[in-house]
Amino acid sequence: MRFRTLLFLFFAFLLTACQPAAQTVEPTTVVELTAVIEPTAAEPQVLRLATTTSTADSGLLDAILPDFEAKYNARVDVVAVGTGQAVELGVAGDADVILVHARSREEAFVTDGHGTERFDVMYNDFILVGPKDDPAGVLGMATAAEALTAIAGAEAVFASRGDDSGTHTKEKTLWEAAGNTPDPNSSWYKSLGQGMGETLTFANESGAYTLTDRGTFLSQQANLPNLELMVGGASIAENQDPKLLNPYGVIPVNPDKGNINNELAVQFVEWLTSVEVQQMIADYRVDKFGQPLFYPDSKAWRNR
Amino acid sequence: MDTLLEAFTNALRLLIALDPALLEIVGSTLQVTGGALLLAVAAGIPVGVGLGLARRIPAAGCVVPLIYTGMGLPPVVVGLFVYLFLSNQGPLGDLRWLFTLPAMIVAQTIIALPLVVGLTLTAVQAVDSMLPLQVRALGATRWQLAWTTLAEARAGLFAAIVAAFGSIISEVGAVMLVGGNIEGETRVLTTAIVLETRKGNFALALALGVILLGLAFVANFALYRLQNQGVAD
Repeated sequence: MRFRTLLFLFFAFLLTACQPAAQTVEPTTVVELTAVIEPTAAEPQVLRLATTTSTADSGLLDAILPDFEAKYNARVDVVAVGTGQAVELGVAGDADVILVHARSREEAFVTDGHGTERFDVMYNDFILVGPKDDPAGVLGMATAAEALTAIAGAEAVFASRGDDSGTHTKEKTLWEAAGNTPDPNSSWYKSLGQGMGETLTFANESGAYTLTDRGTFLSQQANLPNLELMVGGASIAENQDPKLLNPYGVIPVNPDKGNINNELAVQFVEWLTSVEVQQMIADYRVDKFGQPLFYPDSKAWRNR
Repeated sequence: MDTLLEAFTNALRLLIALDPALLEIVGSTLQVTGGALLLAVAAGIPVGVGLGLARRIPAAGCVVPLIYTGMGLPPVVVGLFVYLFLSNQGPLGDLRWLFTLPAMIVAQTIIALPLVVGLTLTAVQAVDSMLPLQVRALGATRWQLAWTTLAEARAGLFAAIVAAFGSIISEVGAVMLVGGNIEGETRVLTTAIVLETRKGNFALALALGVILLGLAFVANFALYRLQNQGVAD
């Protein structure tokens, strides 16, 4: 009994001992925090940017966004997803601005009133890659349509993104141009529903052909020993198929959706399409690959 | 709210229409889950019982914490290991198993095995420590002792199976990596959910989630019935 009382007193002491300590700690932290915040100006605004994996995975955004964040005292939250989901994020009002590459979807996004206006930003191009032994014999063909017809004829394994991404949308239009839409259940047509990196890895492992944007292929080529460039030429300038061009557009989300930072979104578009930033895009990683990953294409850039 | 409602009606519609793509996905899910669960249970329960009974063996002091660690194995790391082993350049590349159902079953078995072993072990250890003495005194052989212990630890064993089932059927990272999410071949419910989410088809993704939960409920209900039937005997 006496032991229990002692124990109770002990805990009671602990409780009271803790109390003042906690009280003294709180005010000091508050003081420190305000002290840290005060010298800098207003709290940075947040811009929610929904974009495709290609712009983020290529490292382009990491290279250019700090400039925007510094100039506009903003923080850009990048959500890098498939074009399908990026567009849906805009439709739901969960993004302030979208940067994607699927022309038809972008136009529908604007005409349906989800976005205010579409602006050209840049382009790169798609290429067809495949296994070194080239079972369908497509190496050096001028257009993707020809090559896809040969692949379908030979029933050579073809890996499709299958995820409604910009690349997948492009692939579907290319099959249409080839006049041969493959049955998704045929054993040679593998619809993966995964990102570009995963799809390239799959093609490398299983000796499959696939359509990829040039940038992702260039940056991953070191890990893809079994794959070779089949159609599209060594650089955009040598790409003989205009259908393989891949334009990116930026669209501010319609502020009527509520809780949209339209002002910052418009500033972002102005910044991204400015000649200065377009030059940054043109220079990005030229040193590493000997060619740009993205070619600037904004109105300001074309009129410079 | 609309998305939620749409998800449930979608799930119902897919089920009622017996959508062929859905059936294929459910089929692959059941094959992978069933195969991996069977392997993990067949290997895990004997090992768990053995370790549980052998608690005085000094090595167990080291092995058991290792197994408990294994219960928290990050699935995607398991997937990565299996991937590297089965890749063209990997030691088992000649099997040509990468991006097939067997590869997914292997990964899921590795993920579930420590769960089955660990929980079996705990269940066996929770059996009254006097039981072995009593059973031995009655002249039981080692196998009879193991069997009696199993019967006593039955509830814990079912918990082990249920936990393993839950971790397998809900796993996504490893099966995406080693299965490749190929439509009509290695696409399972979880990877299909990831895909539909990325496409922005939230309602369809959620509908698949509802179906996944439904499937898990049916399986757990059956297991629970089985367990209680055992008690009634």
